[in-house]
Amino acid sequence: MTQSTTSDKAGASGAASPHEGPVTRFLRATELDTRLIGMIGALLLIWIGFHAYGYFVNGFGAFLTPRNLWNLSVQTSSIGIMATGMVLVIVTRHIDLSVGSILGFCAIVMGMMQVYVLPKYLGLGHPLIWIIAVLSGLAIGTLVGAFHGWLIAYRGLLVWRGAAFLVARGETISPVDSTFALLGGGPYGAVGATGSWIVGLLACAGIVFMIFHGRSQRRKFEFPLRPVWAEVFLGIVGCGIVIGAVLLVNAYPWPKGIVKQYAERNAIDIPEGGLFISHGFAIPVLILIGVGIVMTFLMTRTRFGRYVFAIGGNPEAAELAGINTRWMTVKIFALMGFLTGLSSVVASARLNSATNALGTLDELYVIASAVIGGTSLGGGIGTIYGAIIGALVMQSLQTGMVLIGFDAAIQQVVVGSVLVLAVYLDKLYRSTSK
Amino acid sequence: MTDRGTPLVEMRDISIAFGGIKAVDHVTIDLFPGEVVGLLGHNGAGKSTLIKCLSGAYHADAGDIFINGEKAVIANPRDARDYNIETIYQTLALADNLDAASNLFLGRELVTPMGLVDDVRMEAEARKIMARLNPNFRKFKVPVSALSGGQRQSVAIARAVYFNARILIMDEPTAALGPHETQMVAELIEELKRQGLGIFLIEHDIHNVMKLCDRASVMKNGQLVGTVNVNEVTDDDILGMIILGKTPEKVA
Ligand SMILES: Nc1ncnc2c1ncn2[C@@H]1O[C@H](COP(=O)(O)OP(=O)(O)OP(=O)(O)O)[C@@H](O)[C@H]1O
Ligand SMILES: [Mg+2]
Repeated sequence: MTQSTTSDKAGASGAASPHEGPVTRFLRATELDTRLIGMIGALLLIWIGFHAYGYFVNGFGAFLTPRNLWNLSVQTSSIGIMATGMVLVIVTRHIDLSVGSILGFCAIVMGMMQVYVLPKYLGLGHPLIWIIAVLSGLAIGTLVGAFHGWLIAYRGLLVWRGAAFLVARGETISPVDSTFALLGGGPYGAVGATGSWIVGLLACAGIVFMIFHGRSQRRKFEFPLRPVWAEVFLGIVGCGIVIGAVLLVNAYPWPKGIVKQYAERNAIDIPEGGLFISHGFAIPVLILIGVGIVMTFLMTRTRFGRYVFAIGGNPEAAELAGINTRWMTVKIFALMGFLTGLSSVVASARLNSATNALGTLDELYVIASAVIGGTSLGGGIGTIYGAIIGALVMQSLQTGMVLIGFDAAIQQVVVGSVLVLAVYLDKLYRSTSK
Repeated sequence: MTDRGTPLVEMRDISIAFGGIKAVDHVTIDLFPGEVVGLLGHNGAGKSTLIKCLSGAYHADAGDIFINGEKAVIANPRDARDYNIETIYQTLALADNLDAASNLFLGRELVTPMGLVDDVRMEAEARKIMARLNPNFRKFKVPVSALSGGQRQSVAIARAVYFNARILIMDEPTAALGPHETQMVAELIEELKRQGLGIFLIEHDIHNVMKLCDRASVMKNGQLVGTVNVNEVTDDDILGMIILGKTPEKVA
């Protein structure tokens, strides 16, 4: 998944020039985008930095452990899902400050559905409850998003605060339906060792297929091919990352209490030295990956995606080319709302409860993720994978600061500074690439 | 003027104002198949504004548009496209972040049987049409923001002529072009004319107007000064119309 989106448009720059250094040659041959490499570098720096800080200051490094990285992956899901939608919003020169409140609102609706409404008609624990709850959350998110889009496109309102829309309720609605709760991750909400290997092998097969398919496409249309060593390199790195991720999530065992509960329920004897049951990939992480793939496809292979970029590049030109830009705005915000609803499923399932405080300030994280991930606030530029990596960066910062014990005020200062830095880098990047 | 049947386009009594400024003030022009009508006037005379009413970018405050004698409702650029009206805008109207082929097919993408954008086929088509307009054009893989002014103009021209227009609006199409490219556009105009298209050509260069146009309509401060048959007047006559706003006595 990693490089396909950048390479097919930007690549194929022709023959090697004789005077380039090894780095330039490497970048040109692999067609990797420098911004992507920069982001991954920053991410690794953050990870190693927090780990080293913990190691030297607190006596043990808690960051680069299977447990922490697994939790990080789960925590990233909610923001990451929304960040993919925010890319479209920002690319078309809009901003959506309401995602946090919509998330809370969807959570409340879903919570009420499964705690108060549905059990009354279907009976507690009915298998349809979680499905109807999820669908209602997605529908509400989409509708509110579409309504926002309509206000912006046809009524000229720049920002509409979703918070006003909420019924002010202080209460917490819990517990959620037990199947619903799996969507938030946790020991039972993960696919286990075997499942993770299946996912990993499918992903590797996908990577290899894309490399071969890309090569045959290029040959068919006589576009320049990447050198074989570059293809092999990309294949090995891609599959290596996937397999590494599988090993990592499988290295994080269920806690003892859960194992005991599970063993009792299934009448298994726990052997001497304990039973090692792996978490494997958490369901919300798989949801995020699925969203990432679908959204990338949407942005690079469909007319809708093409129009999103066109509107961002020149809204007037898009309109003159016959694109209904207002209707596009409605659709984009509806999609953002849908993804917020999905994110709300993950977030409230993880907490096993719903309050409308859920999602507070999420918009800042989501916008920061997209911008750190290379989405330009000037419009017209952005990638889905970038936003997901951006979400991982934001969540890593957050988690790392909690681990080393920064207090909440400092955390917010750091998050704000990172956003400012990302905006500054974006400006710099745009002014040098013009 | 001899009777030539129904005009392809007739813009009758068009007016449009921005705030208090009457950008176009009761202007009537027409266009027949196989004809090139030049639209002239000082900067800010209202030429671009007038043709934008035809291309669907603006909606006239008053006046009617007839296509083939029938009243046409053009509320947006999509409607104009449905009447086979294609436009090269003075601003070119390109999405800077997209490449030439994506711009060429913007809003009318070629798709695969599965409905996905077919970038490869669009690029192949773009190469074909660009070869006719600007044979030196090679930059198919980069966003059009990386192109020169003339190259960008070539992309805009290619877009207007690719889709079998019947009515072509060209707002200063050669402003950024070199002499060779300008010559190629002139030849293209001649060819399209032979194919029976009607062309509105906004052009400041009197020499080009005399060479390419059959008739010339001159505007001044939003109003129509007059329309003349180019072969009945001299370039000085037309200059007089543009600068003084007076139609020469002999044709008035
Ligand atoms: N969108 C707009 N808003 C306000 N005023 C406008 C707008 N478009 C055009 N005008 C005004 O209308 C008048 C006519 O402009 P127009 O662009 O039609 O001139 P033009 O004849 O095409 O000039 P040029 O030769 O410089 O291209 C000008 O006074 C201009 O300032
Ligand atoms: Mg003009």
